[in-house]
Amino acid sequence: MFRILHQIFRTGIVTEPIPPIADPEIEKIGSQLEETIRRRFQKSLTIRQVDAGSCNGCELEIHAMNNPIYNCERFGIHFTASPRFADMLLVTGPVSRNMEIALKRTYDVTPAPKLVVAVGDCGRCGGIFGKSYASLGGIDSVIPVDVFIPGCPPTPIALLQGILKAVEG
Amino acid sequence: MSTLTNILVTALGEKWVQESGEDSFAVSTVLIPRSSFAEAGRQLKKAGAVLAAEWATDETPFERGFGVYACYRKDSEYLIIKTFAPVNDLSFPSLTKKFAAAYRFERQIASLMGVIPTGHPDTRPWIKHEDWPKDAWPLRKSFDASKPLPRVEGDYRWITVTGEGVYEVPVGPVHAGIIEPGHFRFQAMGEDVINLEAKLGYVHKGIEKRFEALSWEEAARLAGRVSGDTTVGHCLTYVQAVESMTGCRIPKRAQWLRALFLERERIANHLGDLGAICNDVAFAFFLYQCSRLKEIMLRTNMQLFGHRYLMDRVIPGGTLVDLNEAGWQTILNEMDWLEKEFEGLVAIYEANGSVEDRLRTTGILSTEKARDLGMVGLIARSSGIQLDCRVQHPFPPYDKIKVHVPVHTAGDVQARAWVRIEEIKESIRIIREILKTLPSGKITTTLPRIEPDKIGFAAVEGWRGEILYWIQSGPQGEINRCMVRDPSSINWLGLEQCIHGNIVPDFPVCNKSFNQSYSGNDL
Repeated sequence: MFRILHQIFRTGIVTEPIPPIADPEIEKIGSQLEETIRRRFQKSLTIRQVDAGSCNGCELEIHAMNNPIYNCERFGIHFTASPRFADMLLVTGPVSRNMEIALKRTYDVTPAPKLVVAVGDCGRCGGIFGKSYASLGGIDSVIPVDVFIPGCPPTPIALLQGILKAVEG
Repeated sequence: MSTLTNILVTALGEKWVQESGEDSFAVSTVLIPRSSFAEAGRQLKKAGAVLAAEWATDETPFERGFGVYACYRKDSEYLIIKTFAPVNDLSFPSLTKKFAAAYRFERQIASLMGVIPTGHPDTRPWIKHEDWPKDAWPLRKSFDASKPLPRVEGDYRWITVTGEGVYEVPVGPVHAGIIEPGHFRFQAMGEDVINLEAKLGYVHKGIEKRFEALSWEEAARLAGRVSGDTTVGHCLTYVQAVESMTGCRIPKRAQWLRALFLERERIANHLGDLGAICNDVAFAFFLYQCSRLKEIMLRTNMQLFGHRYLMDRVIPGGTLVDLNEAGWQTILNEMDWLEKEFEGLVAIYEANGSVEDRLRTTGILSTEKARDLGMVGLIARSSGIQLDCRVQHPFPPYDKIKVHVPVHTAGDVQARAWVRIEEIKESIRIIREILKTLPSGKITTTLPRIEPDKIGFAAVEGWRGEILYWIQSGPQGEINRCMVRDPSSINWLGLEQCIHGNIVPDFPVCNKSFNQSYSGNDL
């Protein structure tokens, strides 16, 4: 136990402020995100992540948003196990044919008003997998999308920026 | 002639075993009559060989029907056995009763290529879901991949368990966590799992078919996205297979840089897995500590090589990026820092009785079962099987690096965690050795033009285990077929076997300890 406490104190708080953003569309993110979430979502934005066919690359970066360095919970963002509790679906793609129905069902049971954020180049247009018998391409070919976050995979910072863009409307 | 070929010649007679003329620089292929396909498997099994992969090809562009291939491994040797199925009789003798690993390979061949394994005990489709038209075989040349598939009525026959008090838990495809989709069906009584059956294929993106539409260079990018967490491993196996088609020798420096990327990927993923395993038994402290170390490594990747996961840093003919003097020092310092940090964490892990209590004897995959199922990679090494391509089938520079392979025999979650811990330490040592040895010179060479009807093959030890690629060029020197075998395609069978007798709430931690790829399996 003492070792654990010692390691915790030795590590300290490693969470970093979100650096200034290159994208001129979004000027401030950290405090602004927190502010918007406070105002619109009663301090808590609940996200249901759906892998609709991704290669698992985007999932790695979504995981990284939860690591102590990005610590997305400080802005009131947390991930839920059920779409029924979610304000937002964070969907990675391309949408595979075999996931199309599951994605639609997940969308249908998410209570309105709901936001959909499509993650990655594949979530936008199908990426290198394109459109085929097995891949339907971008997320918006199956459900309505509010914001696209480009990247292969998008970095945790890009993900936070995209989420802010979506909640600001 | 190789040992495995000798065994075949002795068993089947010389006139039935032909060198197929399809030798790549990495593996030999023998052609046998279709009727001896299963017998060859039986003889090779008797000699201790394991089935590593099985697939089919549409060779109608060469006007020779369909090819059926089985790749066997024994010690450091791979042997590919080929037979033909004529267009008017698309079938071959099943190997499933001899090799459990063939169970899903053959269902996949039947589902996606429409070549039927005769004598296979399970005729349900695999990857191809029940709502696909029955006659949709996407890997055939006559199939138009650009058209969407209509949906038809259909039902999947699950294995059922009946009896008083037996209940069923369906899970997925959309899981509770941030993970890939798949469907698991548990039959349980009280808390004890009686049976688990996985249904995968949800992330089938038509990758193998897609390869056939891409150029050799573009295909390297696709290989890097077969399974995003193994981007270096897959890309490296693909490019090595391509290089083996032409005997292309890449510069020494590129070989060592590739190994550097591969080991960095191994460390990053193992750190993530250790954290996730601990988090599943409520030891969140370890998750946050490990994910901090992982994040710092990813940032170094970004700073030195321009991508956090090193996607597209390996290219046909070499590597995309080089390492300069300052970068060299950065990695060296990082390894010193990582080793110190990690050892501190391991000491805490070791001293934590409550974690050990949950992980020890949970999800045991016995050595016998692991052997029967043909497990590969760290799952095999956690169940007492010493298997690692870096040692058994070393590609450069691993022929110069002596890799210490940790093996644990318990086969439980604890063993799988410990193998990861020891592999992280070993990879740190290997990275230091790479830095010490790193030859100077160029990092790319030109890939020679690829001739028609050539074969490429490569085996690489990714962080999950042995990755195999087998590539065939078509009449115009394009990609005719690219077979991808992620370690998960075999190891998924192990997860279903290790869960028997465990309680339902322990499934997540068993699953994390395997951490299979869905995308690499579904393709």
